[in-house]
Amino acid sequence: MTQTVSRDTPMLEVRNLVMNYGTKDGMVSAVEDVSFTLARGDSLGLVGESGCGKTSIALSLIRLLPDNAVVKQGEVILDGENMLELSPEEMRMRRWDDISMVFQGAMNSWNPVYRVGDQIREAIDIHWDEKPTVREANAKIAELFELVGIDPSMMERYPHEFSGGMKQRAVIAMALSCDPKIIIADEPTTALDVIVQEQVLEELRQIQHDLGMSIIYISHDIAVIAEITNHIGVMYAGKLVEYGPTVDVFARPRHPYSWLLLSSTPSVTGPRMKLAPLEGEPPNLLDPPSGCRFHPRCPFATDRCVAEEPPMEDIVEGHRLACWNHDQVPTTAKETE
Amino acid sequence: MTQDMPTPNGEAAVKVENLRKLFPVSKGMFRKATDFIHAIDDVSFEIKPGESLGLVGESGCGKTTTGRILVKLDEASEGSVGVRDQASGDLVDVTHIKSKSQRKEFRRNVQMIFQDPYESMNPRRTIFDTVAEPLMVQKIGSIPERERRVVELLNLVGLTPAESFLFRYPHELSGGQRQRVAIARALVMNPSFVVADEPTSMLDVSIRISIMRLMLELADDLGVTYLYITHDLAVARYMCNRIAVMYLGKIVEMAPTEELLQRPMHPYTRALLSAVPVPDPSYRRPEVQIKGGVTKAVNPPSECRFIERCPFVQDVCSSTDHPPLDDRGNDHQVACHLVADSGEWLGAPRAELDLRS
Repeated sequence: MTQTVSRDTPMLEVRNLVMNYGTKDGMVSAVEDVSFTLARGDSLGLVGESGCGKTSIALSLIRLLPDNAVVKQGEVILDGENMLELSPEEMRMRRWDDISMVFQGAMNSWNPVYRVGDQIREAIDIHWDEKPTVREANAKIAELFELVGIDPSMMERYPHEFSGGMKQRAVIAMALSCDPKIIIADEPTTALDVIVQEQVLEELRQIQHDLGMSIIYISHDIAVIAEITNHIGVMYAGKLVEYGPTVDVFARPRHPYSWLLLSSTPSVTGPRMKLAPLEGEPPNLLDPPSGCRFHPRCPFATDRCVAEEPPMEDIVEGHRLACWNHDQVPTTAKETE
Repeated sequence: MTQDMPTPNGEAAVKVENLRKLFPVSKGMFRKATDFIHAIDDVSFEIKPGESLGLVGESGCGKTTTGRILVKLDEASEGSVGVRDQASGDLVDVTHIKSKSQRKEFRRNVQMIFQDPYESMNPRRTIFDTVAEPLMVQKIGSIPERERRVVELLNLVGLTPAESFLFRYPHELSGGQRQRVAIARALVMNPSFVVADEPTSMLDVSIRISIMRLMLELADDLGVTYLYITHDLAVARYMCNRIAVMYLGKIVEMAPTEELLQRPMHPYTRALLSAVPVPDPSYRRPEVQIKGGVTKAVNPPSECRFIERCPFVQDVCSSTDHPPLDDRGNDHQVACHLVADSGEWLGAPRAELDLRS
């Protein structure tokens, strides 16, 4: 998990991103004023419950939004360039080249009637500056397959001949095919069995280390995020509520939501902890709660939380969170049963 | 060291003996099946009343098929499955239930909770209809009585105020609420035995915990016996008194939960345990010692099923039959040639597993 790549300037900077979905009942505030940075060679994990806006952020970054979605405000700066200002055609060329995405369940999106290698070559043909010859492209695909741990001869095979884990590895190979600066991996291992998941994560970790790539992992599985990222962003109801180095956030979650989330994650290691249930349900984002969006479920909520929205503030260097009462949060994540 | 939850005593509530399930693989139209997938191969276990046994393994290991046979959604190919009848106190052999009336009788006693709360409910039926369906099928109670029973159960599973949920439809409920409805439906007949097939795997972390807690409370209050099917050992740790690990249709290891987690003996259990992600960034994962990928149990050879993926194979593994599931003390059973009767490991050195930290 060690990172040797220098992290001088941020590779990606997201500033005050606001994204809404228009529905017949009104505007759904899916991403609200989210800011974070991602350094070169760094990995960031976005965690939170379903519907908290993790995938919406990803789709905004790569600008593959559904028709009813609008980015209302904000900047997505990749290597000094605001991606939100590019024309659709310019953006099309940046996808895969600069920023690529492994979609949730992508392993099931292979076209069954084409060879896997041919499908990857299609991406290479379109996105490489100069269209490579078949031989060049195949050499690249063979290299990618080796990188993700598949026998290169498999590129001549059809998707049904691949196991689940291999299909997912091939998706990762495809995401790497144009040497992107950033990969967004949306639940890359959710459909996989634990042993295969471990292998795929190990592969991703290795690739990130070898190629110095930046990766954004999106997952509801906190244990997976703990293993593969060095920064973590905890999201709740469209807002980023805590952001910091993974080690620090796990050692001492300071936002009540992160604290509850971590305390409700079962583990096979260590003594058996009492699991704290998180009461209630996430809010309706058509009409988000006033003040802090977490206050209806928060055990530490006060009148101030109902009235005023807490800003995202640095608590310690590089560890930011938005909570009025973070000093109330117990310092230990869990108690033993 | 964390202590195990006490295992209830008494005569078995569920007794499975030498269970076998073969699925024919036919090649071509009109051709007779010559190959068989051995989905479940000679599986035996007992569950004590009020106990929760976890059935853990990767996809395709036969855990769901086992659960389905126990509630008679699938038929066994061989073997017997005894489930104790609440009223008479006798073990009823599920595989011998033939008539519709026997089946109906059996269903009062045994229920199943499915994995996906979005697909296990009819979208056009209200919550009342959904939960009361077993009562209607069994022709129990008048309509007001049924309504009282449904309200009682909705309260029990934490859907309050229950009256406000009665005439809603599944699409108006969140995933967690739907799974609560599914639990209410499974409990409406007051069953003594419930098979829960990954009941929390589709739910968000926070909701998952409250459903897990609910199921544990119900087990305590109502004395329900569970077979809890899951791929997640961390969840099984919280839900189960004992865990059985399945690999390609065979139980390879079975022990009280903490005993299994702290002293895993079978190479497969150890690989599975070392691959589970740990919510602690400072945790140093041991190497996962396993080879290759999951294979299918089509006409499997008689030797150990794990042989192709086991990094520790010795001559004895390939020259003898699949090892029996034998007790190694502390109620810890293992099917491996390389584990001595004392539980000592006889094979090549293994990666250090430290799950206590």
